[in-house]
Amino acid sequence: MSVETGTASMFGDIEQISENQMVLNMGPQHPSTHGVMRLLIEVDGETVTKCTPDVGYLHRGVEKLIETHDYRGGITLTDRMDYTAGPSNNMGYLMAIEKLMGMEDEIPLRAKLLRTAVAELSRLASHHIWIGTHALDIGAMSAFLWSLREREKILFLFEQACGARLTTSFMRVGGTGPHDVPESWVENVDAFLDSYTLDELNSLLTGNEIFQSRTRGVGIIPAEQALSYGLTGPPLRGSGVDWDLRKARPYAAYDMIDFEIPVFPEGDVYARYLVRLNEMYQATRIVRQCMEHLRDLPPDAPSNADRPDLVPPDVGRVPFDMEAMINHFKLVMHGVQPPVGEAYFGIEGPKGELGYYFVSDGSGMPYRCHVRSPSFVNLGVMEDAAVGGLIADTVALIGSIDIVLGEVDR
Amino acid sequence: MDGWEWLIVAIKCVVILLIFLGAPLILVLVERWTLGRLQSRIGPNRVGWSGTLQTAADGLKLGIKEDLIPRGADKIVFWFGPVFLVVPALAAWAIVPVGPKVGLGRDIGLWAVDLNVGILFFLAMGSLGVYGVVMSGWSSNSKYAHFGALRASAQVISYELIMGLAVLAVILYAGSLSLIDIVEQQAGLWFIVPQFVGFLLFVIAGVAETNRVPFDLPEAESEIVAGFHVEYSGMRFAMFFIAEYANIILISAIITTLYLGGWLGWTIPGMEGLTGIVWFALKTVAFIAMFLLLRAALPRLRYDQLMSFCWKFLMPIGIINVLLAAGLRMAWS
Repeated sequence: MSVETGTASMFGDIEQISENQMVLNMGPQHPSTHGVMRLLIEVDGETVTKCTPDVGYLHRGVEKLIETHDYRGGITLTDRMDYTAGPSNNMGYLMAIEKLMGMEDEIPLRAKLLRTAVAELSRLASHHIWIGTHALDIGAMSAFLWSLREREKILFLFEQACGARLTTSFMRVGGTGPHDVPESWVENVDAFLDSYTLDELNSLLTGNEIFQSRTRGVGIIPAEQALSYGLTGPPLRGSGVDWDLRKARPYAAYDMIDFEIPVFPEGDVYARYLVRLNEMYQATRIVRQCMEHLRDLPPDAPSNADRPDLVPPDVGRVPFDMEAMINHFKLVMHGVQPPVGEAYFGIEGPKGELGYYFVSDGSGMPYRCHVRSPSFVNLGVMEDAAVGGLIADTVALIGSIDIVLGEVDR
Repeated sequence: MDGWEWLIVAIKCVVILLIFLGAPLILVLVERWTLGRLQSRIGPNRVGWSGTLQTAADGLKLGIKEDLIPRGADKIVFWFGPVFLVVPALAAWAIVPVGPKVGLGRDIGLWAVDLNVGILFFLAMGSLGVYGVVMSGWSSNSKYAHFGALRASAQVISYELIMGLAVLAVILYAGSLSLIDIVEQQAGLWFIVPQFVGFLLFVIAGVAETNRVPFDLPEAESEIVAGFHVEYSGMRFAMFFIAEYANIILISAIITTLYLGGWLGWTIPGMEGLTGIVWFALKTVAFIAMFLLLRAALPRLRYDQLMSFCWKFLMPIGIINVLLAAGLRMAWS
């Protein structure tokens, strides 16, 4: 993405445009840029002739912050990036550290299943925000509120699992951490899945003549263009490329679960809408299977790897057990210390490939951390896909790419 | 006209003015309640009993707010923009008959004036309203307001034609331009039966004329923020609000008058005036409810789709409808 920073170069561009054109500064406080993003749009009438996304208004230096915390301290920073799907971010972060430590095989099955279930629930939560705001951008007001009402139920499940609704910081290196989900959680998830329905949103949007005319054939991203921009997630699958890390490189418990990857070849806004809508149905399927597997596990199944140097001991044991106290002391003072090396791990987040890259110098803090955030990479295609459409199409396109500015700017 | 008649006209004008200023307050509140219930939330429920004073409080708040004028705005045009929107909406009410003639010592028609070109006056006032939109959008010196004004003028002018075509067919049936005559002609059969296509055309054009969902492009908040009134604040902003809701009520009243027989309905002998008003109000409220439900259910059309829908789809239907109506009319007479 060629973001010209500094006003001088931007004004330089403006002087060259013809008389019929106008520069429209969309954002950073525009209702449909999904946060503080600025789009510099050149319009001829209402037709967009050039579109330059300008990001950075929400930059908080998360990567640098992670480098100044120990590995466990960074968990709380990750769910503030894509705040619509906190657990998914936590999971990507932890799995990259586990890969760095070479302990992927030591994660117990219970932790894997819980991670998968929570990741899919966060996919649902994220897609609910997306379908609501996307519909709101196109003008359907009720869909937004109906969608958030359903999302509320998922956030309630998060709250039961870890005590927080949005910034979950769920899971720890090596498993679920000292705080597993409460016993009633599995039943609550089942009850949620039984009561959960997408039919209302479906009936409001999918077959709606106006919604279809606003989204069909709009903002087309051909497959080659999607690949050349490095798109991942629903925007890629909406262009007909069948690529999903959950199938291509199964992680966590995805290899033992039966689900499908929806792919639509049209490449327009409507195709991306259908991809996400079907993903929501698949997510409920995955969560249901995870709950079945969890119920099959013996009640004393471990939820953490047997690694006292990573997993803090039971707090009640610390004052009475010498070994536990030493482990606790070392973990608090030095943190998790991976060996020297580097590792990248990507998971299929709700918005695309969410990857974390770590370089370790053997100390308790990462030497370098880089986040491959799907929103940032996917946003790049705006430059090409918005050209030729109307202003209203640009708004629909932003919605269909599904960006979260907390993740774009980090 | 003697002194009594002048007094009666003056009283009618004051009543219309009061209704005109009071009805939007109630309508905004009802809309917020309805939308709230439809969207699984509560809506206003704090100010007054169950939120009944919410819009009054909002109006008061807008009244005491600073009247901001953006830098570079054309001040005079900026000031008069909202006025040009409100006055036509108010003036058009003069010709709407809300009930039959009643005898209170003398015959008093429940309308302000019986204009022999009534429906033309309504169309003319509708066209004048767009000046307010264009003036306020252009004078704001804002790109978004500019877009809103352009969209509004194109939209209103196009849909005015559809509305005119629909009205033309009604005039052919009624043989008069006066709204009172049109209502009285419907004593046997409401015009919605022979003119169902025209009725649909008029309702669609009416929704577009009032800039409501799904034709709310001039103020599409997710695209051009708030369109033509993005730069307004305080009382001037409130005037846009009053004009929008007054226009909704006006369009509903005109639909009732043209197609649903206005005040006609079962009457209690001796109380024709009262029952007439009740019938008229009931029919009008039904259409206002339709406006509210549309807003809850539908997304927004795109600008080019809106225009092609008007010119390529509604326009031919409207012309065919007029020709058919003319043919049928000739066959009858």
